[in-house]
Amino acid sequence: MLKTKEVEFNYDNQMFFKFQNIDLNSNENLLIIGESGVGKTTLMHLLAGLLKSNSGSIKLFDKELNQMSSYQLDSFRKNNIGIVFQRPHFVNSLTVKENLQLAQYIANKNDNTRIESILKNLNIFEKSNKKTNQLSQGEKQRVSIALAIVNSPKLILADEPTSSLDDNNCSKVIKLLKKQATDFGAQLIVITHDSRLKKHFKKSIEL
Amino acid sequence: MNIFKLSIKNIFNKPLSSSISLALLVLGVGIISLLLQLNTLIKDQMDNNLRGIDMVVGAKGSPLQLILSSVYHIDSPTGNISLAEAETISNNRMVGSSIKILYGDNYKGFRIVGAEKKFIELYKGVIKEGKDWDNPYEVLVGSKVYEKLKINLGDELISSHGLRETGQSHDEGTFKVVGLLKPSNSVIDQLIITSPQSVWDIHETHDHDEHENENEHEHDNREITAMLIKFKSPMNIIQFPRQINENTNLQAAVPSYEISRLFKLFGFGIETLSYLAYLIIIVSGFSLFINLFNSMRERKYEMALIRTLGASRFQLSTMIIFESLVLTISGFILGLLFSRFGVMFVSSLMEESINYNLNSLKILNEEYWLLGLSVLIGVVSSLIPAIQVYKMNISKILADA
Repeated sequence: MLKTKEVEFNYDNQMFFKFQNIDLNSNENLLIIGESGVGKTTLMHLLAGLLKSNSGSIKLFDKELNQMSSYQLDSFRKNNIGIVFQRPHFVNSLTVKENLQLAQYIANKNDNTRIESILKNLNIFEKSNKKTNQLSQGEKQRVSIALAIVNSPKLILADEPTSSLDDNNCSKVIKLLKKQATDFGAQLIVITHDSRLKKHFKKSIEL
Repeated sequence: MNIFKLSIKNIFNKPLSSSISLALLVLGVGIISLLLQLNTLIKDQMDNNLRGIDMVVGAKGSPLQLILSSVYHIDSPTGNISLAEAETISNNRMVGSSIKILYGDNYKGFRIVGAEKKFIELYKGVIKEGKDWDNPYEVLVGSKVYEKLKINLGDELISSHGLRETGQSHDEGTFKVVGLLKPSNSVIDQLIITSPQSVWDIHETHDHDEHENENEHEHDNREITAMLIKFKSPMNIIQFPRQINENTNLQAAVPSYEISRLFKLFGFGIETLSYLAYLIIIVSGFSLFINLFNSMRERKYEMALIRTLGASRFQLSTMIIFESLVLTISGFILGLLFSRFGVMFVSSLMEESINYNLNSLKILNEEYWLLGLSVLIGVVSSLIPAIQVYKMNISKILADA
């Protein structure tokens, strides 16, 4: 399902990253773990099609990302990938529900029942009509998970979802992510420096 | 949810900064539109009342005053002229037709005009109810007069001397309403019209009681206030007024010339004011630009989020341009509303002081230009922010978070 080969990336000839090959089958989750500065975020952006590698190949769902145009990447992303960011971002002028509706609109979907069921599943249904800046940190994180899965992606990419959490919450969040991925039939790739997550994944690679 | 809705939500999310640009635009568009409307309405009204009058003959004085009083009925007359002298002029071979009018009295501030019946035909007046006058002291009442004073057919009007309500209010005469005129959108709407004989009779009995038994045709000292003249040929307008002014003690004034002189006088003020208003519109464009530019920097993470959700660069740029256009187009609409209220206000002021009414609210061609200008301001001020959003490096923004 995901196969990378000899992927290299450099920022303005200053920072140079060479990533090890990844081979991930369908129905597998993956933990990518590494210290700061080894290019974790860069790798995530490469997998999400937000960046293009300088050389090598990234094959995701049998599509070669490096050969797509920026427009094709946008379209590929909205149909296949949900992203959970380290710090949750929202459109501040919209409510929780409207944020999810916007995500659906971008992917040419319109399904309020799905929004409701996701919000209920994440226990934040009663916050539907709240503006995102009225939410607590934990609620924000759950809404950002909702945003990542609302368009039924085949792959969820999570960037440091637990780095700022204590042990108890860390374990809660990662279980929640895994449960959502299973519930909605997506694969999960978590990229982190947080070694506490190792025990939650069967497959992991170290950068 | 769609991009357009999102633009509107974004505007309402920052009501303060949006409303400053909006207020400036409303002010700019409103002032220009108000000036255009008033200019057009006054010009229309003036031209409308000018039709068929090539020249006005009256007593010596200011030509503009003569025109304003006897064509527009908004100023005091320059004085009276003798009927005999007026007849001489109206018999001149260059004169196509002439209408004698005379003033004397008012009823609650509305002028009572003694005039030949041609006067009503000149303004295409049509009787709505009742009939034409047959006898002295019978009057036709213009639409605004009977609407405002609630006058009905058969009512008796007791006039007062002079042209203003505040003048001497001793009883001059009693007029009987025999006809009501349909609205004609011309000066006769605010006049009470009667035969010249009625006006002469009142002042005859008042001023010349002692001459009651004399034969009027032998010692004709009857007077009129002014005479409205149409020439046989438009060419006469060059020569004839000068002849009258040089060779008689009457004054001849050409309305079209006096009115264009009047418009030149206050046209300068209008021009200055509209430059100011255009300046305000340009400032509103700048404020809009600064607004969008700042809000883009504040919102760069949400822009990046929208991109990662799969929106294209183009969709995001469209959102920025939409935001700007929603503001400028609503600014334009509010500006037009502003100007319409302004017109209504000025019109009510004019109606109170000089019984003049302006009440057309149609959209002028120049206002479509203003719409074009508003859209242009909207596009231009959002262009740089939109291009920046288009070129935005989402990976870098997200990595910096």
